[in-house]
Amino acid sequence: MDQLLQHLLNATILGGTYALLGIGLTLIFGIMRVVNFTHGELYAFGAYCMYALVMPLGLNFFMALVVAMALGALLGATIELLLLSRLRGADIDTTMLVMIGAWIALQNAEQLAWTGVALSINNPFPSEPLIVGPLSVSWNRVYVFFVALLLILGTYYLINRTHLGKAMRATFQDRDTAALMGIRIDRIHTATFALGSALAAAAGALLGPVFVVAPTMGDLAAAKAFAIVILGGLGNIKGATLGGFILAFVEELGAGYISSGYRDAMGFLLIILILLFRPTGLFAQKERVG
Amino acid sequence: MKKLAGVMASAAILAGSLVTGAYAQETIKIGVTQPLTGAFAASGNYVAQGARIAEDEINRAGGVMGKKIQLIVEDNKSNPTEAVSTVEKLIQRDRVPLLIGAWSSTLTLAVMPKLEEYKVPMIVETSSSGKITTSGNPYVFRISPTSAMEAVAFQPLVKKMNIKKADFLYTNNDFGIGSGQEFAKMLKENGVQIGISETMDPKATDFSAQLAKIKASGGDSLFVTTAVEQLTIILKQAKEQQLKVRIVSCGGSNSPDQLINQAGEAANGSFHTVFFPPWFPEVVKNPEPAKRYMDEWTKRGHNVGGLTEGFRGYDAVYVAAEAIKKAGKAESEAIRNALWDVKVKGIYGDIAFTKQGPAGKESGQHMPGVYLVTISNGKVAKTSF
Repeated sequence: MDQLLQHLLNATILGGTYALLGIGLTLIFGIMRVVNFTHGELYAFGAYCMYALVMPLGLNFFMALVVAMALGALLGATIELLLLSRLRGADIDTTMLVMIGAWIALQNAEQLAWTGVALSINNPFPSEPLIVGPLSVSWNRVYVFFVALLLILGTYYLINRTHLGKAMRATFQDRDTAALMGIRIDRIHTATFALGSALAAAAGALLGPVFVVAPTMGDLAAAKAFAIVILGGLGNIKGATLGGFILAFVEELGAGYISSGYRDAMGFLLIILILLFRPTGLFAQKERVG
Repeated sequence: MKKLAGVMASAAILAGSLVTGAYAQETIKIGVTQPLTGAFAASGNYVAQGARIAEDEINRAGGVMGKKIQLIVEDNKSNPTEAVSTVEKLIQRDRVPLLIGAWSSTLTLAVMPKLEEYKVPMIVETSSSGKITTSGNPYVFRISPTSAMEAVAFQPLVKKMNIKKADFLYTNNDFGIGSGQEFAKMLKENGVQIGISETMDPKATDFSAQLAKIKASGGDSLFVTTAVEQLTIILKQAKEQQLKVRIVSCGGSNSPDQLINQAGEAANGSFHTVFFPPWFPEVVKNPEPAKRYMDEWTKRGHNVGGLTEGFRGYDAVYVAAEAIKKAGKAESEAIRNALWDVKVKGIYGDIAFTKQGPAGKESGQHMPGVYLVTISNGKVAKTSF
């Protein structure tokens, strides 16, 4: 029983970060129709920013998260303006190839700058975990969970309740009409990519101190993010949030009670099953953002 | 800045080796395949750095048979398919008569068929899976210990450490599975109850599910086999989940210095098998080369945490040079025969190869020393058993 409770607690905490990883990616796909292979690298970039800001520069741990997100948004905007803005109207395969190139370039740049040695980030939380009865969880993870929830709610609000969000949704629904209504499509694209990138960087900056920071850390994060997005339905923020939690529960319980060796396979097995029966993902009624 | 300087320096070395490639006839080439990028990049780079130190020392002392040796280091990207490509390239294009590689067991196993195909011997400097020397590949000469040898070396400690029930957590590849099986076998023979064996993907970063299960199993010791990156996270998460068992890491790629640096308090009380203890180099069989290697490593400003990996490359190059010297010519078959007679006073001990595997197709295996160290109060200490 204690073991089950611990598994459930672990899965909930993990789910929050998975959801955060998923919404950044689903946003970019939903609005821009870009399969963003650099998502994992932006995640790693966020973690490296966090490392650089906290360890050598000595910036406040909580401030560093905000700065890392801003830098992530900046890098995202740069990628969009430098690469994607030239590819508007290009077919999805071309864009995909360019993004794969950017992914490899970014990952190797990280290794060149930081070497392959994993780095770790100190956190200001007590080193003793939070213990409730038979359960325990680190303070850092509790913090990560609540910040992730906050960011998810913030994104949800931005998309559904703000002018910018409305413009984003309009662009997605009908680009030409949106343009005719005076929406600056180019800016919406840049803003969307920057937002998605900032969320990825936030996930990296949050999880960097929990795990270790290494150039290849983005690969696994990207694989999970894609799984979550497919699970929840492409372009569906609510779906990605729930998808994140579902993946976490399936992985944690699968590893706990079936086989830990197949932990990562469980999630993908689930995706195959869902795609067989609901090809648009679990929560997509029809294609939409928000 | 120092880091940048390091990057520049390695870029300069790289550029240098491209330039010297033009004088190919003047040098004896040795091919090295290591994971310089990808998941095992840290360790692969350390091994390559150690190899470079030996290369320079040997060349300063006049080289081999009046010629300089030249290492051609290829990046296998921590990927078995790429590892095979690097070996093809080194043999076909660079015409190296001898190889060193390929760090992880999975990478080494992937390139082994190519050694037989092209009849080029390889000195294996790190891999520990038993299969490498028992599958009947007569081109393999391993200087690192196998998991079985490591387990046997550990045997006297089982009683002293009072291990009653052991659980396992290992990475789901040739290295981890091999190690887990050998240690479980040895412990069982010594009357230890075996709890559960949990595995993890080599890239995984979250082990909460495995650790919750291990906690429920209730053993007193947990044997972990993986590389240092995952080990760091496991130590941290074990503390988070209040897993109060003795953690023993096997496989020798655990870099205790890096663990102290990165896992902090969580590393205290853990045990680690290492094949070279740079904290007390006087205990090794040949302290002289160990000291020389350590001095040069520090002089070059390499990461101290890499000392436990770099010596593998250092020793491998000395063994390679000795084999070429003994063979009298830089030809694969002559070198392969000469490897059987090689005797090198290395950091891995007095390196010499004994036969392992099916008769007629034996591989060479050296019997190095295995050391168990512990981390207490943020320092590496000898174990008091």
